[in-house]
Amino acid sequence: MTEEQANSGNEFEREPVPDDALLGPGKFWGMYAGEHAAGTEFMIGPLFLAAGASLQNLILGLLIGNILAVLTWRFLVTPIAIAKRMTLYYQLERIAGGSLVKFYNFVNGILFCFLAGAMITVSASAVGIPFGIEYAVPDAMFGLGAPFFTGLVMLVGVAIAVIAAAGYSTVARFANIAAPWMIGIFAACGIVSLTQIGATDWPTISEGKWWTDAIAFVQAEEGEQQFGFWKIVVFAWLCNGAMHFGMADLSIFRFAKSPSAGWAPAIGMFLGHYMAWLAAALLLAAQIKLSQDHSANPGALAWGALGWTGIFCVVIAGWTTANPTIYRAGLAFQAMVPRSSRTVMTLVAGAVATLAGVFPNLSARLLDFVGTYGTVLGPMGAVIFVDFWLMKKFGLEDEYSSRTNQSISVPVLIAWLLPVLIGLYLIFWQGLFAAYAVVPCWLACGVIYLVLSKITQKSVHAQEAVS
Amino acid sequence: MNSTAKIISAIALAVTVIPSVLLFLGVIAIEPMKWIALAGTVAWFIATPMWMGRDQN
Repeated sequence: MTEEQANSGNEFEREPVPDDALLGPGKFWGMYAGEHAAGTEFMIGPLFLAAGASLQNLILGLLIGNILAVLTWRFLVTPIAIAKRMTLYYQLERIAGGSLVKFYNFVNGILFCFLAGAMITVSASAVGIPFGIEYAVPDAMFGLGAPFFTGLVMLVGVAIAVIAAAGYSTVARFANIAAPWMIGIFAACGIVSLTQIGATDWPTISEGKWWTDAIAFVQAEEGEQQFGFWKIVVFAWLCNGAMHFGMADLSIFRFAKSPSAGWAPAIGMFLGHYMAWLAAALLLAAQIKLSQDHSANPGALAWGALGWTGIFCVVIAGWTTANPTIYRAGLAFQAMVPRSSRTVMTLVAGAVATLAGVFPNLSARLLDFVGTYGTVLGPMGAVIFVDFWLMKKFGLEDEYSSRTNQSISVPVLIAWLLPVLIGLYLIFWQGLFAAYAVVPCWLACGVIYLVLSKITQKSVHAQEAVS
Repeated sequence: MNSTAKIISAIALAVTVIPSVLLFLGVIAIEPMKWIALAGTVAWFIATPMWMGRDQN
């Protein structure tokens, strides 16, 4: 998109992206590098260590999980994005009906805001370090941090929201500029941490005693936990389930000139969700070794390794991730109110994200949150998948609501809510690891949608024939 | 102008990351490493916006 389009607020929210607005692959590689080498990596990496994942399982499990994630983006999302060139929300409106999509958009936007809120918290944890403002996680789920920290989160949130409201091109340009530097900083954090741990030769590194010692320290304080190989694979694959299985990134890839842009998430996965997670985990191992402190405060971890540079990295990494997330939430809210300005809706999304960010438990429970997020949003991607690839093959109409002026598609409503409610029950009441629910819910949603469409579309045709 | 800025960016990135390797190898201490990395960071954010992303706007 051009600067003029961005400034005018016209980003083709309710029309296919025209050829002259398409972007080359470079923009996508830069954006994904910035988005996934992010502030949250400073939280997630240490959580693996704290959860008791072995180093071997982590290295192999993340490799496999990230490969699966890239393949999902490339072969599930990109073909539909390029064929239709519409936002997720507009495409869903044509399939599911306007009223249902308003509800979905509300849920979607709120969850995006929670994710952005966690990133705002991470950025604030770094901004607070020079001022002695501490990030601490209260016991209560909805407990607030220290009053100064809460104020700081609000200041950071306002700044991020205003910048996100300026448009996608502004965000993409800064993410592009910061991405190579940020990746370098993550690598430097890992190297410095190994030095601080004393693992400066191959025998010590490969022995891994420094890792098991760190796990033993955390578990002595917090109790024993296990985080096995397949849990790591599934988490790495599905932590962005809403973006690929859920098709949220249709809104991004609709600008892609060619399908090769669909490989762009690889840079985010292998540098952000592989190297950066490992580096961030090393930061915590080093902090435990140096100060017997196992609190995963992203700002403090980065400060301990790289000083001011580490602080800047956490702030910028949080910001470049929160920005596109707030932007997506703004699109979601705008789709609820079609005549509204994207700028205003982005500011609304920023305000909700800031409100969510003042609760530190949101970022501290990120492993659970991202799985739940994928479970709730992911299944709608199955509706789009089935509608695009299977409806005509089964003799059914695609984009059925737009053809029949339905405001709510009952098949979509049931196909989405039924698996999601069962998934949420299993997560919150039966203790299922949240990421495990994403694929079963997605498959169930697709099958239910297809079966119910077969039944209801037939009956509509029959009624038309009778009338 | 662009090529000069690109060279400065590359040097700045190297100045940001290489000190951590030198620390790992025991060549420098941690405090100088942090300050050199900061200098590289400042140079990166001055030089890189001069060339990156301008052609798209």
